[in-house]
Amino acid sequence: MKCDVILAGVGGQGILSIAATIGLAAVERGLFLKQSEVHGMSQRGGDVQSHLRISDSEIHSDLIPHGGADLIISVEPMEALRYLPWLAPEGWVITNSVPYINIPDYPDIAELKAALEDNGNTVVLDADSIARELGSPRSGNMVILGAASSFIPMPFEILEHAVQQLFSRKGEEVVDLNIQALRAGREAAGRE
Amino acid sequence: MQKLLLLGDEAIAQAALDAGMSGMYAYPGTPSTEIMEYIQASPRAAAEGVRREWSSNEKTAMEAALGMSYAGKRAMVAMKHVGLNVAADAFINSAVTGVNGGLVVVAADDPSMHSSQNEQDSRFYGRFAMVPVLEPRNQQEAYDMIFDAFNLSEKYKLPVLIRITTRLAHSRAAVERRDARTQNSSSLPSDPRQFVLLPAIARKQYRALTGLYEKLRTDPVLSGYNRFAKSDNKKTGIITCGIAYNYLLENLEQHHDDFPVLSLAAYPVNSDAIAELVESCDRVLVLEEGYPLIEEQLRGLLDRDVKVAGRLDATVPRDGELNPAIVAAAMGMKKDSGKEVPAVVRQRPPSFCKGCGHADVFSALAEVMKGYGPRRVFSDIGCYTLGALPPFNMVNSCVDMGASVTMAVGAADAGLFPAVAFIGDSTFTHSGMTGLLDAVIKDSPITVIISDNSTTGMTGGQQSQATGRIESICLGLGVNPDHLRMIIPLRKNHEENMAVISEELNHHGLSVIIAMRECIQTASRNKKAAAAKKSQTV
Repeated sequence: MKCDVILAGVGGQGILSIAATIGLAAVERGLFLKQSEVHGMSQRGGDVQSHLRISDSEIHSDLIPHGGADLIISVEPMEALRYLPWLAPEGWVITNSVPYINIPDYPDIAELKAALEDNGNTVVLDADSIARELGSPRSGNMVILGAASSFIPMPFEILEHAVQQLFSRKGEEVVDLNIQALRAGREAAGRE
Repeated sequence: MQKLLLLGDEAIAQAALDAGMSGMYAYPGTPSTEIMEYIQASPRAAAEGVRREWSSNEKTAMEAALGMSYAGKRAMVAMKHVGLNVAADAFINSAVTGVNGGLVVVAADDPSMHSSQNEQDSRFYGRFAMVPVLEPRNQQEAYDMIFDAFNLSEKYKLPVLIRITTRLAHSRAAVERRDARTQNSSSLPSDPRQFVLLPAIARKQYRALTGLYEKLRTDPVLSGYNRFAKSDNKKTGIITCGIAYNYLLENLEQHHDDFPVLSLAAYPVNSDAIAELVESCDRVLVLEEGYPLIEEQLRGLLDRDVKVAGRLDATVPRDGELNPAIVAAAMGMKKDSGKEVPAVVRQRPPSFCKGCGHADVFSALAEVMKGYGPRRVFSDIGCYTLGALPPFNMVNSCVDMGASVTMAVGAADAGLFPAVAFIGDSTFTHSGMTGLLDAVIKDSPITVIISDNSTTGMTGGQQSQATGRIESICLGLGVNPDHLRMIIPLRKNHEENMAVISEELNHHGLSVIIAMRECIQTASRNKKAAAAKKSQTV
């Protein structure tokens, strides 16, 4: 078993909490893991990505080879498309539909939507709205992870447990909201 | 033993604590920052009194670490690659003095310049100084090598250089810990003149160093890290350095014995190991994450004895970091990439945070400078370098820490008036102060804007040595109090700030304007932390 995931977003959107959740789950399952992150200049509102690799055998490269990723999980729709050269032909894209517009030439939303549809194997959902409805507007990340969960070869309960571990420091209420967000995302993707 | 999920940087930090390090010295710099941050956050480091404060710059860090080593304790100093330029004087000479307690120097290189001005390869510094260099292939090896580095340092009485690159520094993997060792007790060097590099002493010690460096080639610990795997393939042999090995294995998948491979991770290299590979095949492919250090040595000046492929014949791109695709192409393997990036995707460069004080300073400066013509703003290394990008397009230089002040001085010497230096607070205390002293002595007609956000912002908000001290430093250096101005960069002060900048630009002598407003990132973090503390106490 191996699962290579590109996590994508804009600096400051917090893709690393998604990475940390999958990472904790992988450790609990006794899997090998490598996860490369972007620190430094790009964190100032630039495009950021994380290569996350889990496997039941030893992982060599910290970077996922081009054409080798099983999944692109993105919290921003344009950023999802930036990493298509890394996606395997049968790989899937799971992305938030809500654009993060901090550049003057951000593309036309209809064109962006069309490009995502063109890709096939793509799940697009409005994670921000789902998180807001749950009363936890900052849990959009966990909604996206939930939507991607059926593509990650691990039992859903393991991911739930990882969310619990990750947020336990912030109290029971925060843990509950994030688990609800994870479940809502999984439901919204409708791929159980 | 306990397994931890650690960044390469964190593995190095944890290993140093476990290997009995007594002091950690560093200035923040991507991709090395997390080493010190890990140690600062470690409860054990606090309990055991490990010294762990940021230094003013890499040179002061290196020297203080050498001082701790002098007193018999184990010390580590970490910096980004260009930081080693700043620390180079101390670093090179520390090989001539030698050490007492173990001294480990970590240089984190940034090939492809993700957050840097160049992609220099620190292994050259190791060879230049004639010290052992270790280049870990993965996080576990980074952890293990720190133990060996301290031991080698104490065995040979030499500093040991650890060279990592961005991908290892900022990638997480499981690391198994070893039993922790206690710290050294204090002890003075046995030779009272060891650290006195008067020419007569330095000549003697330098000669000994040249001999010692050759001896290192056969050290069993160093050689043990350089592994040769034989193969029946007599056509192409492969030499990898550091993490390039991982990209090779990624491409070979299950067929590890398709090529003879010499995987290097320690320098200086024993030439027997190279000879074994070279003699066993027709052609050698060299895969190095960085400059072609081994490749150049292999080719030699005449480049005719060994058939070599690598960065110098474009088998591998001459610059930039490696990845699995580049290595596959170098091996002549065809790998399918995914789809192309759709045309709808735009560049998304980094930008100032919403509400950043630097941006307010640039707004005011941009408007005032309209009256003077373009290209007179010398800047520096930090978040404010983003003033080079739209909408400001204001920054005309970004070279090295502190260069804004001194380049403005030189341009003013050549007749450019007005000339502006734009520097951040932490960069100012890192390397701007001495340049300012030059400007004071000549009363150079420049305007120095110190944009003080009271933190080291670009690297994530580390403590700045400048906080609360800039005004007194400027006065102490002799800046004329009449031309030392304070402004608060807020939009509501825009007109007032423009007036101050305009007045000082027209002054035919040195002016310093301190623009002070806390970084909005650290301000919001501090606010959150304060709120959390309050709710705990209630």
